[in-house]
Amino acid sequence: MHHFKRLAASTAIVLCAAGALAQDSITVAIQLEPPNLDPTSGAAQAVDSVLYANVFEGLTRFDADGAVVRGLAQSWDISDDGLVYTFNLAAGVTFHDGTTMDAEDVKFSLDRARAEDSTNAQKVLFEDIADVTAVDPLTVQVTLAQPNGMFLFNLAWGDAVIVAPESIETIATNPIGTGPFAFTNWAQGDRIDLTRNETYWGAAPALETATFRFISDPTAAFAAMMAEDVDVFVGYPAPENLPQFEADPRFQVLDGSTEGETILAMNNQVAPFDNILVRQAVTHAIDRQAVIDGAMFGYGTPIGTHFAPHNPDYVDLLANSQFDPDLSRSLLEEAGMADGFTVTLKLPPPSYARRGGEIIASQLRAVGIETEITNLEWAQWLEEVFTNKDFGLTIISHTEPMDINIYANPDYYFQYDNPDFRAVLDELNATTDPDGRSALLAQAQTIISEDYVNAYLFQLAVATVARAEITGLWVNQPTAAVDLTGVSWGN
Amino acid sequence: MSRNLIIGAGLTLFFTALAALSFLWTPYDIEVLDIPNRLLRPGGAHLLGTDHFGRDILSMIMMGARTSIAVALVAVGIGMGLGVPLGLWAAARHGSLLDDLIMRGNDLVFAFPSLVIAILITAVFGPSAVNAIIAIGIFNIPVFARLTRSAALPLWERDFIRAARVCGKSSTRISAEHILPNITNLMIVQGTIQFSLGILAEAALSYIGLGAQPPTASWGRMLADAQTLVSLAPHVALIPGFAILLTVLGLNLLGDGLRDWLDPRIRVVRT
Amino acid sequence: MIRYALGRFASLVISLIVASIVIFAVVEVIPGDPAAFMLGVNARPDTIAALRAEMGLDQSLIARYLAWVGGMLQGDFGMSWTYKTPVADLIGDRVWVSLPLAIYALILSTIVAFPAGIYAASRRGSAGDTAIMGATQLGVAIPNFWFAMILVLIFAINLRWFSAGGFPGWGNPLAAIKALTLPAVALALPQAAILARVMRSSLLDMLGEDFIRTARAKGLTRRQALWRHALRNALIPVLTIIGLQFSFLLAGGIIIEQVFFLPGLGRLIFQSISARDLIVVESVVMLLVFTVIMVNFIVDLTYAAVDPRLRVRA
Repeated sequence: MHHFKRLAASTAIVLCAAGALAQDSITVAIQLEPPNLDPTSGAAQAVDSVLYANVFEGLTRFDADGAVVRGLAQSWDISDDGLVYTFNLAAGVTFHDGTTMDAEDVKFSLDRARAEDSTNAQKVLFEDIADVTAVDPLTVQVTLAQPNGMFLFNLAWGDAVIVAPESIETIATNPIGTGPFAFTNWAQGDRIDLTRNETYWGAAPALETATFRFISDPTAAFAAMMAEDVDVFVGYPAPENLPQFEADPRFQVLDGSTEGETILAMNNQVAPFDNILVRQAVTHAIDRQAVIDGAMFGYGTPIGTHFAPHNPDYVDLLANSQFDPDLSRSLLEEAGMADGFTVTLKLPPPSYARRGGEIIASQLRAVGIETEITNLEWAQWLEEVFTNKDFGLTIISHTEPMDINIYANPDYYFQYDNPDFRAVLDELNATTDPDGRSALLAQAQTIISEDYVNAYLFQLAVATVARAEITGLWVNQPTAAVDLTGVSWGN
Repeated sequence: MSRNLIIGAGLTLFFTALAALSFLWTPYDIEVLDIPNRLLRPGGAHLLGTDHFGRDILSMIMMGARTSIAVALVAVGIGMGLGVPLGLWAAARHGSLLDDLIMRGNDLVFAFPSLVIAILITAVFGPSAVNAIIAIGIFNIPVFARLTRSAALPLWERDFIRAARVCGKSSTRISAEHILPNITNLMIVQGTIQFSLGILAEAALSYIGLGAQPPTASWGRMLADAQTLVSLAPHVALIPGFAILLTVLGLNLLGDGLRDWLDPRIRVVRT
Repeated sequence: MIRYALGRFASLVISLIVASIVIFAVVEVIPGDPAAFMLGVNARPDTIAALRAEMGLDQSLIARYLAWVGGMLQGDFGMSWTYKTPVADLIGDRVWVSLPLAIYALILSTIVAFPAGIYAASRRGSAGDTAIMGATQLGVAIPNFWFAMILVLIFAINLRWFSAGGFPGWGNPLAAIKALTLPAVALALPQAAILARVMRSSLLDMLGEDFIRTARAKGLTRRQALWRHALRNALIPVLTIIGLQFSFLLAGGIIIEQVFFLPGLGRLIFQSISARDLIVVESVVMLLVFTVIMVNFIVDLTYAAVDPRLRVRA
């Protein structure tokens, strides 16, 4: 035993020494492994978590606060009618395989994303593009079919990154981008390694190498962090462990927000939720704070409409749907449902839905609404709830940024159909003046709040647990990304 | 009566009684959440503490016992109900094509990785207690079929069966009237073992989210829910584990005890 | 013997065909469109249709079944939809986790079970026997995923002797073996308990056999008889159980691979089911079933070659 202790002590010294030397490498854990490494096809967010801003870059990009800033396009001009965007590309940009990034690559990438046989999961981002022209190697002209106030925002998505025709065939296993880090190795099921791109056109990152690991199991996540097997965990899966990390001087916890409006969605076309009184009754039956405390251990901001509270245009409409079981019961009575009713509650895999579902079921039972809970895998949820609209209630976090426009689509799974709302959104799309846009966004938020389309629960939080020395990590997740460009080991 | 039999019967009775009592009374209503009082340590108002939703763990264990026992019992029932007749049939037609077909069918079922098939079944039909029963039950069929056949085959060579045959009794009647009573002890013992394996299987399935759905309590899901809380509130993860352990242990001891008591020559199959 | 072998071979082929049809049918009826899953909530119908065509999902079921089986016969297990790499490569990677884990667990369980079983048999009825038998009862009754959780709590979180999971690859064999240690222990415990019980009862049976009685009549002590004669004969049922356990361990590690996030075959199946990567599920399950059927076939032939009486049940 004595020997063992000595051995352990000397090992620890060796490890510390190794740690001191390896200050330019980092091991980052995220929950899910990307299924492949092509950000321009499937919808898997894990692809962006690893590659966005690190390996791939677009014409524009999101910064840590979600603002749209310059990317490969260093500047742009927009014609007065809002139809023609002229992008001036950064000079001297090369892909990791040594080929030059120029206007032809931009044209290739955008044309590929909007092509007939495109499998881009966000093809809708590109649907207003009428034509892309490479004017000269460093100038690209994009012509839109109609003005789109969101176009620069759309180009910042991970699905709009610039890829090269030379390397597109093998992008799924060997992604070649222009970013500050180059892909080096993927040990499937275990980790992905990135190495600093020494010929990067922008400011060189502090880190020499970065390793991404994938740990979805919360216990394993806790153990891996505690054992210092990983340096950073972005999107830590178990909020209940966060106080332990906060109390431990070895770690820091970044309490951030995502673009995920977490809602209890109601099927607006199916009885009894086609009745606004019933929908209103549901919202008053829910104690948001209990859901946040119980499901998220207190992490999450209550919302009263489908809009991110950190957005300057957010309107606080929580007063419309305060927790009031008595009001809820009297609304049900008014709707002729005094005896309550039974509905399905279909829950996708994340714990906000599974835990939140159990809490909400218990709260709804208190006002006489019985739920039949079904836990579904994602593929099943997509088919049953999202595509076939075969559900009464479901819990889901809408993680796409600025997605209030889903309420303008009557075919969207919760089937909200209001011409007035659509008119507001049409006006919004045609408006480029910031004040006008703010007013219209406020109006849109208010309409869906007062129509009680869904029960708006909370903005999904994202916790990043990291070693205390590490600086430069994103606190919030305006898009799925682990941008390592500015990350370093303190000092 | 052996010590095994007494301890085994005692543990089995205890958990069966807990499950039965849960129909009449539990200390708390497990469908009512009490989030401010979550993760309380054992003792005080909650004998075994509370879980992450502030639910009483003792009440959850009682309701979970009901789920576990029901699922495992019905699954064994399916296995016996189909497996024993198949085995008797195969033995009665020993050496025929039918015998071969039944045995090859058994081999084929055994060749499938059971947990993977259980996952596939729930992927197709959705997670529920019923589908867990089916998934576990299917793999019980070949166990009983094989055992029945191998126990029945030597009986067919015995004089009293030959006598019955000479009397002109059909092989179906002989199987029912003479073979079956002679293998009952074996079936009881094997049934107890399969029952305990069924409890473990149900726990494993509900642990990976494929068994009974909330708010129905289940030990496996209690463990899954508690997994992140191991370091924060160990009792939440330990108690359901001990409940599974003790129930399975009780049934195994009961099986062994029954064997020694009924007929020490009985050989059970355990994999 | 040749007739027997041919008969067994015919039944092997039929079993494989039936297995492939069952697997394909079950996997194909799993609800959830793989293309819609891959493209997520913002995908437009024409994009999903384009992806379905790219994945070959627009073809008929029978055409796809035949293509799958035809491919496998030529050693082509298809192309994973989500990983976009050949399924054979995925299996090739993952098997180097699952196979060593199964072997490791088997070695551990044998190392524990043999001495325990032999000791218990040689001192039947002693306090040691009772203690060992009691321990095996516990070992059989512990849910292995719960045992794994406890191992992680003690050895990874509190003592930090092992990492909580993950697999560093075989580049560093020592680290690889270390990463497989806790999972192997968790897998081995119930197997060791079963094996020790089989070892003990098999030995006790042998001690009751005539040839042992003869040996003892010749003046050997009970223990000498056990070591010189009974052990060798008692090994046959024990080895049969080990064979059974091995195929169980190969696929049965699925939950343990989940708990320790090991990139093995079990986890690959699990992930592929939830990602609706049907071709991977079909091929991996088929491979596992094929392995078990082949092993049974070889075992049957070997037994038949050794003992002609067993050829009756053809």
